[in-house]
Formats: sequence, structure tokens, C-alpha cells
Amino acid sequence: MTAQVITVSSGKGGVGKTTTVANIAVALAADQVKVVCLDGDIGLRNLDVIMGLENRIVYDIVDVIEGRCKLRQAMIRDKHLPELYLIPAAQTRDKNAVSPSDMMRICNELRPEVDFILIDSPAGIERGFRNAIAPADRVLVVTNPEVSAVRDADRVIGILEAEEKRSTALIINRLNQMLVKQHDMLSPEDVLDLLGIPLIGIVPEDESVIVSSNRGTPVAQDPKSRAGQAFRNIAKRIKGEEVPFLDMDKQAGLWDRLQKMTGRR
Amino acid sequence: MGWFGSKRSADSAKERLQLVLIHDRTDLTPTELSSLKDEILEVISRHVDIDSNAVQIAVEHDGRQQRLVADIPLKSQRRRTG
Repeated sequence: MTAQVITVSSGKGGVGKTTTVANIAVALAADQVKVVCLDGDIGLRNLDVIMGLENRIVYDIVDVIEGRCKLRQAMIRDKHLPELYLIPAAQTRDKNAVSPSDMMRICNELRPEVDFILIDSPAGIERGFRNAIAPADRVLVVTNPEVSAVRDADRVIGILEAEEKRSTALIINRLNQMLVKQHDMLSPEDVLDLLGIPLIGIVPEDESVIVSSNRGTPVAQDPKSRAGQAFRNIAKRIKGEEVPFLDMDKQAGLWDRLQKMTGRR
Repeated sequence: MGWFGSKRSADSAKERLQLVLIHDRTDLTPTELSSLKDEILEVISRHVDIDSNAVQIAVEHDGRQQRLVADIPLKSQRRRTG
């Protein structure tokens, strides 16, 4: 077994990086795939609460780096999914406690043990982001169909190009199809045209995401949620399965064209 | 075009982003771009007559590739008489 390292990044904060990591992880682990999530947001950790594991933290990533515990001891097993682990960020330290080579070392130690390592990148394009992308085999850029999020995603994509990171893919999160139809929200086609990288998922705006984060059970575990379905589809595409994009308004046309654009047809 | 002839907000968003991304990606400000155009035209017009009213120079994007596209119509050479 040698794990693929996938980093989820965005530039702008608040677009849904942590939610995306938690949900892809849950969806992969529910399929008997072994996953470790790494919270890269030192000082502002949140992946633990989104996954509902905040009460189980004993050691964190900085404890591993500074030799206070073994890597295994910092891995928290999920409550429901035995194949899913979280390595939390340190809350009382800052990003300078971790270096890109520390991240590479931790991932290299994990690689033989698991199938996927998912890294939640902090917002911004500084040290914490550099740490998060250093070991990445693949980077998923999350954006919202909104001017500031798209602009920041473009900056991140530009840096990834300069770093020669390959197979970068885009997740458009919080799409409101009603606003798109009224021409008051950028459509997925607009966003793809602007950013020029392949699409791996479109997640509709969905209240159940907030409800599930309140409970600490990622929405991908809710079989009725549209957003949950979209995250489960992303997990399948990560595993290399061909999955059609969700029909946001049950009308073909736009989605057919979109699938052609992204070569998924 | 939407109500009252005003543009719908998604169209404004896309147009504004197209411009802002060109500047973010190339590190060229609108002022620098316009002086770049002036200099290109100055050099070309030293050698041939150009129709300066019909000149179009713009940064276009194709995927993540930026290119400076210039369309510079040349004036037809007047025959010298006498």
C-alpha cells in the first residue's frame, strides 16, 4: 500500500475546505478505504470539530514533530468508521512550528500504512499553505461561485503551476442553482472558463451541511443530502471511477455541456 | 441584458474577473498595459503606416495561457505621383 497524498486548498477562507476534507474522508472510509486526515491549520484547528472528534485529542501534529509522541499516538480513530483517522493540528502554536520537510516526513511515514492522506490546508498562501502542499501528489482547489473566492483560487492555481504540482482539480462549492438560473451567480461553466483547470465536483448549497457540522457528523454520511451525494461522488472520482455530475435542477442541457467540457463524457 | 436594460450581476462578475485575473497573472497594471501598447505602435509606425483608429491590442486567455493579441491594420501605400 502506498498512499496518495491529496491537499485541499483555496486561498480564501470560509469557502468550505475543512468541510470538503471531512466529507471526502468519510465517503472514502465508508468504502473500506483507509484514510488519514491531517489538519494543516496550526493555531486555528477545526477539522476535529467538523469530524466530531474534538474530545478525543491527546496529542497533535506538533507533538509528533517535536518528538513528544509517536505518530500512531496522534492518530485519532473515527467514532463510526474504523478506517478513518485524524491527526489534529496544534491549537496553541503557530504555523512556524511546522516546516514543509516535517510534512513530507510525516506523510512518508504514513504512506505505506494507508490508501489516502488528506491534508486540510489553511487559508492564505503563506507558510501554512506551503507546508500543506509540500507533500501533495494532488491538490484539490475549493472555490465558491463568487468573485473573491474565484480570484483567490486563481492565485493558488498559479502558485501550484509554478511549483509544478500536477493533476490539480477544482471543486465548486455552495452552488445555488436558482441564482445561476437568474444569472445572479457565476455558473460552473463561467468558473471553469475563468480558472482553466479540470473539474472534480460541484457541491450544491445545502442547509444540511450546517446541521451536520453542528452535530459533528459530516453530511456525506446522510444518504438524503444533495451535498452529501456530491461529496460521495467526488470521493468516487478520486478513486478513479467515472461518475456523472449531479443534475442540479433536473434539467439536462447545461450539465451535458459541462460534462463534455470536462471530458467526462 | 436583464430588467431595465441593466446587465445581470453574473455577467458583471465574469467580465470583472476576466480583467482582474489577467492583471493578477501577468503582473501588468492597466497603465503598464496601455504604455506597452503605445510603445508597440510607435515602433511599428516607424516602419509602416498604420491605421491607428482600427488598432486592437489586448491580453486574451486560452485556458491558463495568456497571450497578447495585436490586430494592427496597415494603411495601403499611397503611390507617389510626379
